[in-house]
Amino acid sequence: MSDIILETKGLTKHYGGVHALTDADFVLRKGEHVAIMGDNGAGKSTFVRQITGVEQRTSGTITFDGKDVHFAGPIDAREAGIETVFQTLALADDLDVPDNLFLGREITRFNWLGPFRLLDYKAMREATIAGLERTAVKIPNINNTIQNMSGGQRQCVAIARTATFASKLTIMDEPTAALGVQETAQVENIVRTLKEAGEPLILISHNMRQVMDLVDRIVVFRRGRIVANLKKEETDGQDIVAYITGAKTGAEYEGAA
Amino acid sequence: MADTKHGTGGLKFDEKKRTWPNELNIFFALILIIVVFEVLGQTLPYMNDQSFLFDSRGRFDSIFNEARLRIIILQVSIIGIISLGVTQVIISGGIDLSSGPLVGAAAMIVMSFAQTELVNGNPNPKAVFGTWAFDLPILIPVFVGLAFGAFIGAINGSLIAYTRIPPFIATLGMFLICRGIAQAWTRGKPVSFPTEGYAALGTGMMPVYWFIGLAIVFHFILKYTLYGKRTYAIGSNEDAARMSGINVQRHKVLVYMIASMLAAFAAIILSSKNLTAQSGMGIFYELYAIAMAVIGGVSLTGGRGSIIGTVLGAMVFGVIQSGFTYIKLDAFYQLMAMGAIIIGAVVLDKVRQERAMLRS
Ligand SMILES: Nc1ncnc2c1ncn2[C@@H]1O[C@H](COP(=O)(O)OP(=O)(O)OP(=O)(O)O)[C@@H](O)[C@H]1O
Ligand SMILES: [Mg+2]
Repeated sequence: MSDIILETKGLTKHYGGVHALTDADFVLRKGEHVAIMGDNGAGKSTFVRQITGVEQRTSGTITFDGKDVHFAGPIDAREAGIETVFQTLALADDLDVPDNLFLGREITRFNWLGPFRLLDYKAMREATIAGLERTAVKIPNINNTIQNMSGGQRQCVAIARTATFASKLTIMDEPTAALGVQETAQVENIVRTLKEAGEPLILISHNMRQVMDLVDRIVVFRRGRIVANLKKEETDGQDIVAYITGAKTGAEYEGAA
Repeated sequence: MADTKHGTGGLKFDEKKRTWPNELNIFFALILIIVVFEVLGQTLPYMNDQSFLFDSRGRFDSIFNEARLRIIILQVSIIGIISLGVTQVIISGGIDLSSGPLVGAAAMIVMSFAQTELVNGNPNPKAVFGTWAFDLPILIPVFVGLAFGAFIGAINGSLIAYTRIPPFIATLGMFLICRGIAQAWTRGKPVSFPTEGYAALGTGMMPVYWFIGLAIVFHFILKYTLYGKRTYAIGSNEDAARMSGINVQRHKVLVYMIASMLAAFAAIILSSKNLTAQSGMGIFYELYAIAMAVIGGVSLTGGRGSIIGTVLGAMVFGVIQSGFTYIKLDAFYQLMAMGAIIIGAVVLDKVRQERAMLRS
């Protein structure tokens, strides 16, 4: 049994003529927290969408937990154990917090009733409160619709969603964009909880301090290609910026970009 | 620990600031409208003090004008059954324009399987099929009707879910197709003389009981079942629902099937009540059903609304219609006024939404 949880080889995605992602070779080990950085449009979200089955890749292979995978959709990925906070929050505005936390995996009773099986509101509410308390997310009233909540609270709900369910891999696409100082700290706490639990994480972020604080390794994307793979101890902020802007390219990636 | 009931992280939740349910607004609007008609009745010079709501001439045992109330609720019930389905379609983010013509087509088809052989000792003059189709047990026409509804709904839903045709267009096409089916079925001739059993389905106050019963069932389904929750989720944010792993396409097909089956059931009750089916049955019903839902607070952008709201919306609709007749407004002015009210309800919904946006 190898200690690699996720590996992509030659992962490529074209949108018509747009080469959003080219030949991405990426490895994530069990328990490891890795940040993906890169300018806007570098292909970070595209990379996530291929792994999570939201879109179908143009070419390349994805190995997850020792198996070659072809996820038909995000539910497949989630059932395999990948929890994702997408950059565009996948929240239903008109529903409340427990409804959103359990969207697509509602706790139900009388399952023989098929689509008309009954919702177990009580169990979902209790699990929600437990999950939010554990991650120290502050929500005044979880029975309010998401619509009336602040951007930060909405984000926290989306993140609490991934943290509430045990998983083999968590992916967060810019989870703290548009968050206040306190909320950012909360999200970072959730990330640390995951680290302690030994759950691997891919964190996409533009926040250098946060990245240096939280992760073990930094992978830099530029114009759809991976251009650097840096251990935290062996790099610093200026170095990373040089890779992001294209002033530098990692030795093993020469000629790539 | 925080307020363990609702909040987390030590934040206080102010019970008093809980949002006011929209259904209450509609309920008050209903009362207001009744009061307005009552006042109009007392003040308009040509009304010689009849009352809208009360029994001012001592004709009934109760203080209310029972005859008028009965007419209102009966008028509203059959379209109300359709609007229960339309409500679900709109909550899921769609629209169904085909329900009115579906009533016509379903009524013609169903009635053909519900005919009796002898009318006053003579052979049924309106017979559609041969003798095998006479005096069938009532379950057969009911089943045929619901199956037809399910079939039409499945086509609507599949077109919308799998080919991504806008619901407006798909159901507009189905609107014409169903009206065509209704007319082609007997080349325009009415189908009449049902069996006694069939006639019992919609006799007297039966439509009202069906409406109330189905409203309770679907209130429960929308609030307490997976189907209901996912209908709201899809209407609220279809992408989020899909990313969360909900099979949005299959769910939409189910929603349209249920809506069309309810419309077909309304056709059964209507044809049973009238003892006949005509190809022109259900004209404007699709619009009235949508109007009831919208007046009842179902948001045309999806994700919001309730069965209770729609039932109240249906009552408002019925009261307004009956009130117009009561103050002796001409039929064509009634149509115009109804149109204005529907537009008003949608504008109100927009205003409500924009205010909600501003708050957040
Ligand atoms: N559905 C699509 N169709 C066409 N082009 C697309 C599509 N999705 C993304 N792209 C393009 O692919 C490139 C990579 O986009 P992507 O969203 O992965 O960037 P990103 O690195 O996540 O940027 P950001 O930091 O702004 O989130 C961009 O040039 C974008 O315009
Ligand atoms: Mg992105």
